Amino acid sequence: MPGIRVARRITGTDVAIWVTGAVLITIVVVGSVSTLASGRYTVRHWVDFLVAGLANGSVYALIALGYTLVYGILRMINFAHGEVFMSGAFTSYFLARSLEQSGMLNARPVVSILLLMALSMATSTTVAVLLERVAYRPLRRAPRLVPLITAIGASFFLQYTFRGLYGSGVRGYPQPAILDGEWGVGAMRILREQVLVIIAAALMMVLLYRFVQRTRTGKAMRAVAEDKEVAALMGIDVDRVIVITFAVGAMMAGVAGVLYALMFGQVRFFMGFLPGIKAFTAAVLGGIGNVPGAMLGGIFLGLVESVGPTLFLDGLGIPAPNQLKDAIAFSMLVLVLIFRPTGILGERLAGKKA
Amino acid sequence: MALLEIIDVHAYYGHIHALKGVSLTVDEGEIVTLIGANGAGKSTTLKTISGLLRPRHGAIRLAGEDLVACRPHDIVKKGVSQVPEGRQVFTRLTVQENLEVGAFTRSDPRAIAEDLEQVYTLFPRLKERRNQVAGTLSGGEQQMLAIGRALMARPRVLLLDEPSMGLAPVLVDAIFEVIERLHREGTTILLVEQNALKALQVADRGYVLQTGQVVLADTAEHLRLNEDVRRAYLGIT
Repeated sequence: MPGIRVARRITGTDVAIWVTGAVLITIVVVGSVSTLASGRYTVRHWVDFLVAGLANGSVYALIALGYTLVYGILRMINFAHGEVFMSGAFTSYFLARSLEQSGMLNARPVVSILLLMALSMATSTTVAVLLERVAYRPLRRAPRLVPLITAIGASFFLQYTFRGLYGSGVRGYPQPAILDGEWGVGAMRILREQVLVIIAAALMMVLLYRFVQRTRTGKAMRAVAEDKEVAALMGIDVDRVIVITFAVGAMMAGVAGVLYALMFGQVRFFMGFLPGIKAFTAAVLGGIGNVPGAMLGGIFLGLVESVGPTLFLDGLGIPAPNQLKDAIAFSMLVLVLIFRPTGILGERLAGKKA
Repeated sequence: MALLEIIDVHAYYGHIHALKGVSLTVDEGEIVTLIGANGAGKSTTLKTISGLLRPRHGAIRLAGEDLVACRPHDIVKKGVSQVPEGRQVFTRLTVQENLEVGAFTRSDPRAIAEDLEQVYTLFPRLKERRNQVAGTLSGGEQQMLAIGRALMARPRVLLLDEPSMGLAPVLVDAIFEVIERLHREGTTILLVEQNALKALQVADRGYVLQTGQVVLADTAEHLRLNEDVRRAYLGIT
C-alpha cells in the first residue's frame, strides 16, 4: 500500500537497553576521569596493569581458540574445554616436581619448560580426543542441546576424576628460578614470567594461524567448518578433520595450562573452571568461530579485567575494586551480547546453512 | 563393462522411499543425462553414488569396484567427483583455495599445479579472481569454480547436479559449452538437469526418472524425438 511509512516501534526493551548502556558508559567515563584526576596512580602503575592484563589475556586467548575452533566446525560449545586445560596443567605438575627434585628445573630451565609443555599438550590432546570420540561423536546427529549438556557432564566428570585421584587441595607448582624477578626497560618493569607467557602465547598463536591459513589440513578445516557435506565431496575425511580440530585446540590449552600454572604457581582440580568460562567469554567477545577474533577477544578481556577495575571504579570511591574484576569481565560479555551479538570480528551467517 | 554401474538401487529419506530400484550405466567418455521433474530422484541418485546417502538395497560399482561400502571421501578418492546442486563453493575460502581443496585427495604437487593451470585456462575469469574470496563471485563464476574444483580431483566420472540452475541464459550457454568441451577432451559425465532440452542436446544417452524409477532409457536423440518426453519435459506439444 502506498503512502504508509513503516516506523520501527520503540519498545520498552529498547529503552531499557539504552538506559543501561548510558548508565554504564557514564560510570566508566566519570570513574575513569576521576581516577586519573586523583593522581593516585602513576604511569608505572598503568604499565603494570597493562602488562599483567596482556599476560592474562594471552592465556585466555590460547584457551579461547579451542572453543572457537570446535564451534566453527561443530556449532557446539565444548564446555569441558576448561578441564582439557586443567588436565594438561595438572599432569605437568608431577613432572615439574620431579624436575625440581632432580635439580633439572633450575639447571636446564628452557629444556624443562619445553618438556612441561610437551607433556601438558600431550595430556590435553589425549583428553580432548577421547572426549570427542566417546562423548560427542555418537551425538553428532542429536539436537544441539544434547551435546551441550553432555559437555557440561564431561566437565564435571573430569574435575571430579582429578579430585578423586589427587585430592581437592591446592598444589604449589614449582617455578624455575630464572622466572623470578623482573626485567626493566627504562621506566618499565616486567615480571619475567609475564615475558615468558606473552612470548610463548604469541608464538603459539602465530603458528596456529599459519597452520589454519596455509596448510592442506588447515584448508580442509576451514572447508569442513563451512559445509561438512560438500567437504566430504572433495574427498576430505570429515571425522578425521574434526578430531584434528579438537587436538589442535587442546594443544593450545595444554600450553596455556603450563603458562597459567607458572604464572600463578599452583594447580588444583577446579582450576579450569574460571579460566574456561573467561576464555569462552573471550571467544564470544571476539566473535565465536573466528580465529583472530578469539585471540583479540582474549587479550581484550585480559586488559579490561586488569585495567578496568581500578580505572573505572577507584575514582568512584569503591573500595578494593579489584574484587570486582570478574563482574567487569562478565558485564563486558552482557554488553557485547546486547549491542553486538556477533562479537567484535564476528560475521552474520548469511544465507548459508549454519 | 560400463565405467559406472548402478543396479537396482533403493534409497530412503527416513520413511520416504526416494529411489525405487534405479538402474543405469555410464560408459567411458560418455555424457549421460538424467532428466525428470522435481522430486523424481535425480539429485538423490547422485547423492547415493557419492555416498552421502546409503542405499538400502542395490549395487553401485565404478569399473567393477563396489562403492556402496565406501565413505564419501573414499568414493572421491576412487574417482567420482560431484558438483553439488546450488554450486556450494566454500564462500570464505579464496578461489585458489577452493581449487586446492578440490585436489585434496591427490598428493603430487606438480600434477596439481598443472591441473590448476588447466582449470584457469578453461575459466580465465577464475584466474583473474584467484585471490578473491569465493563468496564475492557472481552466480555464474561460482558455478565455474564448482566445476573447476571438481575437475581438480581428476575424476574418472564427473557428476553434475543442475549446473544451469538459477543462471541467466547467456551463462547457461557458457556452462553447456564447457560441458561439451570436457566431453571432447574425454571426460565421463553424468549430468542431472532441469533444462532437459539443453541436456539432451549435449548428451549421448539419457534416462527419464519419475518418482524414483527409470521410466525411459534411450539415446539422447531418440529421447528428444519421443512424444511423451517432448510433452512432459521439453514443453513442446
